[in-house]
Amino acid sequence: MSAGQPPLDSPEIRRLTPVIGPGYTYGSVTDKISAIVLTRPTSIGWYIGFLIAFSVMGMMTVAIGWLIIKGTGIWGINIPIGWGFAIVNFVWWIGIGHAGTLISAILFLLNQKWRTSINRFAEAMTLFAVACAGMFPLIHTGRPWMAFYMFPYPSTMGIWPQFRSPLIWDVFAVSTYGTVSLMFWFVGLIPDLATLRDRSVQKPMKIIYGMLALGWRGSARHWHRYQSAYLLLAGLATPLVLSVHSVISFDFSVAIVPGWHTTIFPPYFVAGAIYSGFAMVLTIAIPLRKVYGLEDFITMRHLDNMAKVMLATGLIVAYGYFIEFFMASYSGNKFDVFLVQQRLHGPYAPYYYALILCNILIPQLLWSFKMRHNVAVLFIMSIVVNIGMWLERFVIVVISLTRDFVPSAWGRYSPTFWDWATFIGTMGMFVTLIFLFVRVLPAISIAEMRELVSETSEDEK
Amino acid sequence: MDGMREHEQHEHLQGQHDHHDPAEEAKLHKNPMDLATVRAKLQSKTGKQYWRTLEELAGDPEFTELLHREFPRQAPSEWDDGVDRRDFLKLMTASLAFAGLGGCGRTPEQVVVPYVKQPEGLTLGRPQFYATAMPFGADAVGLLVESHEGRPTKIEGNPDHPSSLGATNVFAQASVLNLYDPDRAQTVTKYGEIQTWSLFVESAQAIAAGMKATNGAGFRILSGLITSPTLAAQIQSLLTLFPKAKWHQWEPAVGDGAREGAKLAFGRYLNTVYRPEKADVILSLDSDFLGSGPGHIRYAREFSRRRKLNGPSDTMNRLYVVEPTPSVTGATADHRLPLRASEVELFARALAAKLGIGGTPSGAEKWLDAVAKDLQQHKGTSLVVAGEQQPAEVHALAHAVNAALGNVGTTLYYTEPVEPQPVNNLDSLRELCADIEADKVETLLILGVNPVYTAPHDFDFASKLKFDQEKKQKKVKNVIHVSSHFDETSELCDWHVAESHYLETWGDARAFDGTLSVIQPLIAPLYHTHSAREVLAAFSDKPGVNDYDALRTRLSAPSFFTHFGLTDAEKADFEKFWRKTLNDGLVAGSAFAPVNASLKFSAASLPAAKTTPADEIEFLFRPDPCVYDGRFANNGWLQELPKPVTKLTWDNAALVSPKTGEKLSLTHDIAARGGEHGKVYSNVIDISLSNSKVTAAAWRVPGQADGTIVLPLGYGRKRAGYTGTNKGFNAYAVRTSDALWVTSASASAIKKTGEDYPLACTQYHFSMEGRQILATGTLEEYRKNPNFANEHAELPPKELSLYKGEAEFPYDRDKWAMAIDLNKCNGCNACVVACQSENNIPVVGKDQVMRGREMHWIRVDRYYETPPKSTAHDPSSYDESLFNPPTFFQPVPCQQCENAPCEQVCPVGATVHSAEGLNDMVYNRCVGTRYCSNNCPYKVRRFNFLRFQDWETPQLKLLRNPEVTVRSRGVMEKCTYCVQRINNARIDAEKSNAPIHDGAIVTACEQACPTEAIVFGNANDKNSRVAKLKAQQRNYTLLGELNARPRTTYLAAVRNPNPELESA
Repeated sequence: MSAGQPPLDSPEIRRLTPVIGPGYTYGSVTDKISAIVLTRPTSIGWYIGFLIAFSVMGMMTVAIGWLIIKGTGIWGINIPIGWGFAIVNFVWWIGIGHAGTLISAILFLLNQKWRTSINRFAEAMTLFAVACAGMFPLIHTGRPWMAFYMFPYPSTMGIWPQFRSPLIWDVFAVSTYGTVSLMFWFVGLIPDLATLRDRSVQKPMKIIYGMLALGWRGSARHWHRYQSAYLLLAGLATPLVLSVHSVISFDFSVAIVPGWHTTIFPPYFVAGAIYSGFAMVLTIAIPLRKVYGLEDFITMRHLDNMAKVMLATGLIVAYGYFIEFFMASYSGNKFDVFLVQQRLHGPYAPYYYALILCNILIPQLLWSFKMRHNVAVLFIMSIVVNIGMWLERFVIVVISLTRDFVPSAWGRYSPTFWDWATFIGTMGMFVTLIFLFVRVLPAISIAEMRELVSETSEDEK
Repeated sequence: MDGMREHEQHEHLQGQHDHHDPAEEAKLHKNPMDLATVRAKLQSKTGKQYWRTLEELAGDPEFTELLHREFPRQAPSEWDDGVDRRDFLKLMTASLAFAGLGGCGRTPEQVVVPYVKQPEGLTLGRPQFYATAMPFGADAVGLLVESHEGRPTKIEGNPDHPSSLGATNVFAQASVLNLYDPDRAQTVTKYGEIQTWSLFVESAQAIAAGMKATNGAGFRILSGLITSPTLAAQIQSLLTLFPKAKWHQWEPAVGDGAREGAKLAFGRYLNTVYRPEKADVILSLDSDFLGSGPGHIRYAREFSRRRKLNGPSDTMNRLYVVEPTPSVTGATADHRLPLRASEVELFARALAAKLGIGGTPSGAEKWLDAVAKDLQQHKGTSLVVAGEQQPAEVHALAHAVNAALGNVGTTLYYTEPVEPQPVNNLDSLRELCADIEADKVETLLILGVNPVYTAPHDFDFASKLKFDQEKKQKKVKNVIHVSSHFDETSELCDWHVAESHYLETWGDARAFDGTLSVIQPLIAPLYHTHSAREVLAAFSDKPGVNDYDALRTRLSAPSFFTHFGLTDAEKADFEKFWRKTLNDGLVAGSAFAPVNASLKFSAASLPAAKTTPADEIEFLFRPDPCVYDGRFANNGWLQELPKPVTKLTWDNAALVSPKTGEKLSLTHDIAARGGEHGKVYSNVIDISLSNSKVTAAAWRVPGQADGTIVLPLGYGRKRAGYTGTNKGFNAYAVRTSDALWVTSASASAIKKTGEDYPLACTQYHFSMEGRQILATGTLEEYRKNPNFANEHAELPPKELSLYKGEAEFPYDRDKWAMAIDLNKCNGCNACVVACQSENNIPVVGKDQVMRGREMHWIRVDRYYETPPKSTAHDPSSYDESLFNPPTFFQPVPCQQCENAPCEQVCPVGATVHSAEGLNDMVYNRCVGTRYCSNNCPYKVRRFNFLRFQDWETPQLKLLRNPEVTVRSRGVMEKCTYCVQRINNARIDAEKSNAPIHDGAIVTACEQACPTEAIVFGNANDKNSRVAKLKAQQRNYTLLGELNARPRTTYLAAVRNPNPELESA
């Protein structure tokens, strides 16, 4: 931190880095945000972008189709590496989702006003990421059509899932997470949907938005109920931020594989999730504010705050790496010691060093105020962190499996074309959904921004 | 109520229908169709109309009625009419005739006839076992074959048979797959066109008639090594019929050394039978007598009996092995000395010199001194075995040494040869080739062998059969080939007769000790196949005699009876004798009696040995441990079986020593996909030998003698079938008659092509990484500290449980467990193929093996004991320690953990624990998350990544064991301790209301094991073999510190080194 910088919470700083640009009224906020959906012509750029994303998603469809026809053998997995890209991607996507819930729920409860302009699309991002993630556990099974065995339904055979398995906990954790995130997002959308209903000119739009708005009239009673519902859902979603990735980390920490069997995993996974999640929010927010001219709503203050969260969670992740090494040498467990040696010197060492570079070394630039305020640097950094977090899951899931207990069974893993097609395909699906989202729904919460206008104007008084 | 009413109404309506209305009937008869009406109707219609008949068009009410009624009025009678005899007959004929019509275009009706009377001794659903034998080289492996409703499905050893003692080898286990090989030749063909057997017999008779005049001067028979007296008698009868005909024998992978060595030593051909059980000290001169050659199954069993340790006070035999390339025998040795093949003879000479029986003394070598001393100290209880591929001199020296040590009669004995007509194979083939070249051969009958592929390259056998473009004719007028597959030789022959599998024919064969074994068919020939004997008979004056009669006639011949010294009672009741023989699978007491052989050989009289210059590289030709001489090339089980030492599958490779490899800068590169457990790229080299070239992938083998390259035979087949064609390289292409087993050339004969070839290797990593995976020690260490195997084990106490206070599951009924004695295991792989056969384990192919997806439920791991060093970065780094590393094998099936890590993580409960402690797989329930495999520390679980099982090929359906589920894709599978066998035994036990006695359940791997290394049983029964083994201090748990508490435990390997050599 540079020496001459004033204290962070001072009014001076607030003026310098406001959460909303100056001079906005209720009307202008509403105009600006709803215009993206309602009045602004859809740019050719949107069409091109959407088309590309949609084709990539098409590739995913083909990849999954082929997978179902042929079997998981089209992937690079083998014995001993039973889990490959599918699980890496699953953990990665779920992690990305976390930032959305954190921003909308925890920051909401903590009354962090700056979250307002980013929470809507962060939540959308959560939903889409969960959708991408949720596919993987299903398709990675050998017989996806039998995957319903994992749900506790009253089977005529009287068979239940095996509740000791962390994969069953996953089923509950992810489905709960998906449901709560959807509800939270939708409830938050209701006043804005009503705004869109009222402002749209075309009949079909009116009808669709009207149905989605659930008869919202903006009465004081509505607002009262809306706010208590929102608060309750925020309260519900908050523990999920911590629990979902903790449960997912159990998939690994409950197993006995060296490199998986670690008690540090739950907090370390949660931190990693938030880390990658914020990186993804930045990856989306930076182009979004640029393209739609939303610099006044998603201000440098937002970017700065998100960068700080990244820095903090990145340090927790780094601590996790350190503890892994420490525990190995402290316990003296020969398998753990060997694992650490593998990380540093094994055939996959380059991946580990790349991970350290992406997740620990490069993000240290965020200590600098200048860097945090350089949009280009932040954007690149967010990509780097996303790659780094993906590598982290790859290192944990795959590399731990390559060399475990019995040396005769050691093997190696490399993804096939279909692994990549599925992975990149889910990115296509994610981007497709984001494109659709910004086109048909307000990417920033109009209602909450209006609140912010009143508050900031009070501030200025 | 409503339902009932409706029913009543219905009845009523039917009654109405059935009621006759005479007026209506009259109307029907008097109202034929009127064309005018039809025309009028047609004109009145507009637009498009469709009608089925003119009646419909006319709107004829009768037609409408016809449409709606089941039995039209025109039918002469309705149900209630009385049917007279004529009408009945008319109707029946019509319906019978039309029944045939109705069948057109549909699946023909096939009559299934159940057993009206259940055959005696057969219970449907329960397998039957028949004794038979597999002829193999100069041996016959006695077998019991499991048959399910007439389908042989599984090969087991015959405990009464001297060559198997109940065990088997990989070839016997896999031979059942050969029976159902869809690529087998299925009919008689001439120039590739399908012919009938009778046409062939006619043609053979015509040829025979033509030969009568010349006394069969141009008639030649070429066969492999035959020990069948009946087949030999058939040949002899032909030779009597055609006195000028000749019989040649060519067995490509069996050397003449043993035969010629006996001749050199004793002046005549003799067969040597070893008794390793009686030997305290054994020296193998490049002999893989535990892993290949006649009697090796029995030798392995006898040898392992002397490796049995019940406690520290027990003694063990000691094995020295001198060999150029690591074999399973070498891996079992207490001391192993890698020497080049040509140096083995020098070693033998030096040993003879040491023992004072002539020979060439060499420098005072410590190793040699120690061995000589040890042998001398064990006169009469020592044994020297010479290798099949070693020259006659080495065999003669071994005979001389054995004689000098007084071993003859104790640890080995001599018998008459088991072959009815022992000949020098190479000379025999050379003579045949010369005769063909000299146009002396008119008719050539090739029985079972494939000389175009296997004959020495300089004989150029293919040219002998090919059409001569210059002379516009073929050298041999008639060539008849009898073989199971249409192979390289068949292509060049006129007639090809598909040969029956040994499970389809009657026959006999002598075992390594002369025991006459009876080959009994388990199934009628699947195709139009015939035995070699039937083909021979086709040329004789009695072409119609079938194998069954031939065998019975031979066995009932008076000469036969006197020969075996059978009792009068047995002579009197041939049927009884016959039944007993079939039941036993052998003629009791038919083993050859030892003969007194006087040594007519002096080691001093040997001419100077041929030596290979030190700077030259020796090339060895050896049969492959999996496909042998190439005859098993189309056997998927054997192709996918990791070779005992190299762990390569689906290919052969030029095996080089690490040091030579370094010199020639040959490297391996572990592929990113599959890696150590699958795919390794190796450098491709061109080897130019004797004007011929072969391109092979090079593979470095620790323990191989420096300056030696082994070229395994049996690969590179051009026409073997779907599985075997174009796999690996053909070493026969550079094998010449003057150097059948070893040749040498300067290093310039080897050229790197610069290409890499992916080899499928299931276990590339050879180091234990300092972990106690395989506990090993010396006998001395064991005596000092019998508990050495558990010294460093950190077994967590049972109290360390989250579920404190909860009682452990008692397993109070049966507690299945397995103990594997690593001191006995020699890595022969019989268990792997036995398991594959028993449990319907699919073959996945080279590509999938390279991806690390082979399906074997039991694998045999091979480790080299190297000084601890970090191989974290590059496990392939070779150094001095790999010059001759101690090698150990460890079979790893599912460990059936009591506290199984796999069970806890399965989300659907597809792998669960049984009350007897089995870790069961519920295939139907498995969704295929593979979590269990990830969490299995032993990595014994196998996943159906794709649909590996062949569901279409009808022949393979016959092969399957009906007691084991055929797994589909997407499910996990693994060893179940042969739960189907456990349940069979349980059913039997419960019927007799008795506990399952020890030994009633024999798992497939245990059954096949020649060394009795695998023992299965009830750990609750304190007197069971398994409980006793587990009570030994040598018993240890693999990865015990993980607290998985496996039911499978291991007994530490103990080596018995010579203290004199140890101190070095």
